[in-house]
Amino acid sequence: MNSIILATVSRLLTGLLLVFSVFLLLRGHNLPGGGFSGGLVAASAFVLASFASGFPAARRLLVVPPRVIMGFGLVVALVAGLAGNVAGYPFLTGLWDTTLFPVVGKLGTPLFFDVGVYFAVLGVTTLIVFSLGEDSEEED
Amino acid sequence: MNAVTLALLTPLVTAVLCLLFLRSLPLQRFFGVAGMVVLLGVSFRLMAEVGGGHIEVVRFGNWPAPFGIVLVVDLLAAIMVLVSAIIGLAVAVYSLADVDARRVRYGYYAFLHFMMFGVCGAFLTGDIFNMFVWFEVMLISSFVLMCLGGEKPQMEGAVKYVVLNLISSSFFLAACGILYGQTGTLNMADLAVTAREMRPELLTMTAMLFLVAFGLKAAIFPLFFWLPASYHTPPVAVSAVFAGLLTKVGVYALMRVFTLIFTNDILLTHGLLLGLAGFTMVTGVLGAMVQFDFRRLLSFHIVSQIGYMVLGLALFTPLAIAGTVFYLFHHIVVKANLFLVSGITQRYGGSFDLKKLGGFYAAAPLVALLFFIPAMSLGGIPPLSGFFAKFAIVKAGLVDETIFGAWAPFLSAVALAVGLLTLFSMTKIWAEVFWKPAPEGHAPHRSNVPRGERWLLLAPVAALAGLTLTIGLFPQFFFDFAVRSAEQLLHPEIYINAVLGGTT
Amino acid sequence: MEFLLAITIGVLYAASFYLLLRRGVVRVVLGVALLSQAVNLLIFTAGGLREGAVPFIAEGGKVLGAASADPLPQALILTAIVISFGVLAFTLAMVHRADQATGTDDVDDLKGTDAT
Repeated sequence: MNSIILATVSRLLTGLLLVFSVFLLLRGHNLPGGGFSGGLVAASAFVLASFASGFPAARRLLVVPPRVIMGFGLVVALVAGLAGNVAGYPFLTGLWDTTLFPVVGKLGTPLFFDVGVYFAVLGVTTLIVFSLGEDSEEED
Repeated sequence: MNAVTLALLTPLVTAVLCLLFLRSLPLQRFFGVAGMVVLLGVSFRLMAEVGGGHIEVVRFGNWPAPFGIVLVVDLLAAIMVLVSAIIGLAVAVYSLADVDARRVRYGYYAFLHFMMFGVCGAFLTGDIFNMFVWFEVMLISSFVLMCLGGEKPQMEGAVKYVVLNLISSSFFLAACGILYGQTGTLNMADLAVTAREMRPELLTMTAMLFLVAFGLKAAIFPLFFWLPASYHTPPVAVSAVFAGLLTKVGVYALMRVFTLIFTNDILLTHGLLLGLAGFTMVTGVLGAMVQFDFRRLLSFHIVSQIGYMVLGLALFTPLAIAGTVFYLFHHIVVKANLFLVSGITQRYGGSFDLKKLGGFYAAAPLVALLFFIPAMSLGGIPPLSGFFAKFAIVKAGLVDETIFGAWAPFLSAVALAVGLLTLFSMTKIWAEVFWKPAPEGHAPHRSNVPRGERWLLLAPVAALAGLTLTIGLFPQFFFDFAVRSAEQLLHPEIYINAVLGGTT
Repeated sequence: MEFLLAITIGVLYAASFYLLLRRGVVRVVLGVALLSQAVNLLIFTAGGLREGAVPFIAEGGKVLGAASADPLPQALILTAIVISFGVLAFTLAMVHRADQATGTDDVDDLKGTDAT
């Protein structure tokens, strides 16, 4: 796709969408949002970039290959779940810090689990979209 | 950390490691095999923990049952995890020589372990909706394994496999929703209690939805068409693990819900299962008789053998259920083994077509022996494992007092006849592949496979054949486990108390 | 309301089964997608339609107010949507590959592996 309008707007929107995705991720514990929707919005930022300036550029923008992001997300979620085990509870038991932080509120392992989900979703979605998209470009 | 959590984390961690080191073939292969070794160790520990009859319950996130998701390990679950790990290890080793570098680079080992993750989860969970999620994890990974490589027959088979399994999943999901709407719970132990207060006709209807959902996955009559249309298309290692494990997860799920939740109208639900079991056995074995493709023939036998397991479940006596558990264990080992052998004959002789194979008895006597053991076991020849499995179920039908009257002995007679036809199919393979002189230009050569690879192919096959032989020679030891597991299954209050006791 | 939803679910099921029985592979995939929507609505309806408050326990309280809605069916649907999203993405990729490998999107032409 070669559209100046889209290319110009996407430069702005990509950043905005990424910020919005982090916002969604952080408010997710008590309000609508969370790792999954945040990850999808983040992925949509890269999908938009790929539409505007092509898949190679979008891959460069992502820096790390999608499957590594996916693996990283799974590892983070896993570690967040294992924290419960370390404390002597069953797997996935939420542990909470009592001090209040600005913006995030109380810190706890569920937040880290959500961060893991965020990256896993981002990785999976971009992996699927990129491989499908590049595949159809080869045919053209 | 306890063994239950480890049994789930091991395949997950392995899959993630494989994903992160996708570029490096040696590392992937190392993780792929090492992960299975660890899983096998963990499942032995699991078995040791619950072998004495104790039911272990893990509450995820420390939420009390029935509100949180629980993992429940009774003897049946532990046995299934153990045998899955055995097959997983055998297939992972076999894959070293059988799965090409391109497929490994596309994440073969990662998805194999994701599938094991789903399979173990489905066996261990004590929550019906959670079981749906595990089924999906297992299915999506199996879809990828089925498609990996993207050859034409593979894709043709995959379309049917994927669509029919998705339909089955939607039935499963709908059934969960209706069950929840009626009872307000998803915990299986809690369901067993509250379902008794449901309107009986509604409960039976939900049971039918579950029967369709799990029946499709287990490939029982008349829902088996996808299986022989797709199982022979992917690489041998993949079809072996599918043949061994996936349909049996469906059978396991059937056993779980039809011993725990849907026992209000046994004459209808289990009577239906009884009839379906008969049709499944007969159509499967008749379908196999006309086949001349090695793996397709074996695929039809999976269908037929599923019939025996469903028969045992339908008869619903202690001996029959014990026979089913024993059958599950025996069948997973034997069927995966036969598929692996079909891969070896293909590598030596260059074809899956029985007509183009021949002369293996002279060219590769060891392969002949390694085929002979599981094949005769499948046919039910003593003293191999299949004999005792069939014996228990047939005897239960003939001797035990069931509510099905004359139908139970009749179905036992059908089972015996089907056993005979199974033996006929196995001797057909034996005669075609091993005894018949090789057809012109299709002489099998061991040298078609490099020496190192040959041992990687033969070792898992030999190990599984050895296991079959061991089960056959010391059946009492294995049957004791089956009997104790049947006791747990037929007394759901043990399961219910283990999960809900102390929290209500 | 239940009546209306029941009709909708029925129509969705009928439409999806119609699509599943079509010969075009893409139509079959659309049928699968529609089927998952029908099931989601079914869970939603079966879970009980109630007008209730947000199911949060009031500050300082220990139990949930009687008039709150049941959050679990929605959690189930959310999980089901996530799963069907992933499955649908995979199925589309698979159909694309199948089209490349076999050169047809007609189910009747995909008989090469069928048991005879």
